[in-house]
Amino acid sequence: MTASQDSTQPRPPHQVLDGADISRVITRIAHEIVERAKGAEDVVLLGIHTRGVHLSRRLHARLTQITGREIPLGTLDITMYRDDLRLKPARALEHTEIPSGGIDGKLVILVDDVLFSGRTIRAALDALGDIGRPRAVQLAVLVDRGHRELPIRADYVGKNLPTSLREAVQVRLSDSDGHDAVLVGDRDYAARSSQALAADPIPAP
Amino acid sequence: MRHLVSAADLSRDDALLLLDTAEELAQLSGRAVKKLPTLRGRTVVNLFFEDSTRTKTSFEVAEKRLSADVVNFAAKGSSVSKGESLKDTALTLQAMGADAVVIRHHASGAPARLAQSDWLHGSVINAGDGTHEHPTQALLDAFTMRRHLNPGLGHDLAGRRVTIVGDILHSRVARSNVLLLNTLGAEVTFVAPPTLLPIGIENWPCEVSYDLDSTLAKTDAVMMLRVQRERMNAAFFPTEREYSRRYGLNGNRMARLPEHAIVMHPGPMVRGMEITAEVADSPRCTVVEQVANGVSIRMAVLYLLLGGATLADTPRTESPETVA
Repeated sequence: MTASQDSTQPRPPHQVLDGADISRVITRIAHEIVERAKGAEDVVLLGIHTRGVHLSRRLHARLTQITGREIPLGTLDITMYRDDLRLKPARALEHTEIPSGGIDGKLVILVDDVLFSGRTIRAALDALGDIGRPRAVQLAVLVDRGHRELPIRADYVGKNLPTSLREAVQVRLSDSDGHDAVLVGDRDYAARSSQALAADPIPAP
Repeated sequence: MRHLVSAADLSRDDALLLLDTAEELAQLSGRAVKKLPTLRGRTVVNLFFEDSTRTKTSFEVAEKRLSADVVNFAAKGSSVSKGESLKDTALTLQAMGADAVVIRHHASGAPARLAQSDWLHGSVINAGDGTHEHPTQALLDAFTMRRHLNPGLGHDLAGRRVTIVGDILHSRVARSNVLLLNTLGAEVTFVAPPTLLPIGIENWPCEVSYDLDSTLAKTDAVMMLRVQRERMNAAFFPTEREYSRRYGLNGNRMARLPEHAIVMHPGPMVRGMEITAEVADSPRCTVVEQVANGVSIRMAVLYLLLGGATLADTPRTESPETVA
């Protein structure tokens, strides 16, 4: 790692949401879904890998508590639909699991951790189109950090977080990272994002 | 990984990644729209110098499901029958912008020659070369075995016993299988008459037996091979009847296999020769399943070779020093 050679040290990330905040946000989104979807009769939750899956499980637990019914829950891997596939070596696929009832005629709510360029959601919409024909598709995200590159918006937002492009938003969830938190810090250019790769497609050795 | 020429090129991690990817892609066959946009704009040439129905169709289905542009190039009726060399054919395909070439050739080593040359910039996928290798067949066999004997993502075939019976000498399937199955931890036993075993078999990572009956009881998967008469220029066994009696799989022999064991065949089967109709039609025989799994495996191979950044996408002006 050659990050230390940079003239300006990236400042350490600071926390914007802690575990209790995330839990409150999920509860609020669950209530909003029930309110807007009139009891969430035909709702299907689909979590987008990786952290969207963890969030969708939590949202699912809360919705089940509120409505007293089992809401269909699935996962969606959008790798094969990405528009930046050619910028990196082929990556491993995650598991896509569509609930047994399918998604035709249902209200599909996509769940993801951070809404940024909107490209992940574009890929997810394409994937959904191949799987079935939902009545409507909505989007729930924990953090909306702005900088959209496509005409996409979220229906349920945990926290609007105005950021600069030099910053990175990190969502940590106990399922994969040991604890719950949302952090904002300077972007680590060593951990090349798709935007950085698009600007300079040669991966660092 | 840029080419798939030999099963020996695959590390255990590579092989498991391929099997796991195929497991995900297998879901696609249950969907209304059996298509992914992943290889849009990539051109894949199926270069078949030898007859094939199963493998060629399987590759073609896999390519189309990933939205690649498919060009079929059969040696019969092409410039090859007019005397064109492999090199000139390859240069022609390169000029047409092939991102990958799926090649079946009667000469062992033809895909390796293509992969090592700079005639083509695309990936080379071996779809069977002479009596050398057929790596995608080995992968789909391993995939089928894993589904039956040790199901689950990330699982290998450690300790599973596989018996491969028949014409080992001419079988590229047997060669690729023994290499891949070893990588995945399985124990392979070849059963064949001595005349149908290749020279140097004692150096292969496998056991050898001349007696099918004694191996059946300790077998988790038995793979029957066709006797490849088209490659035989001498008498390798006295009569077909004798071969069939000693090395064919019939109902009695199948009954002696452990209850969980499966019967495999890479196809095409010759009923009455290496396998009886009773066995071929039994639910323990996975021939049809192997064909279905072949599509998933070939999609996984194509995706992992072509789905990400490939050599053709990299601007060639950049030298390694400028990146660091």
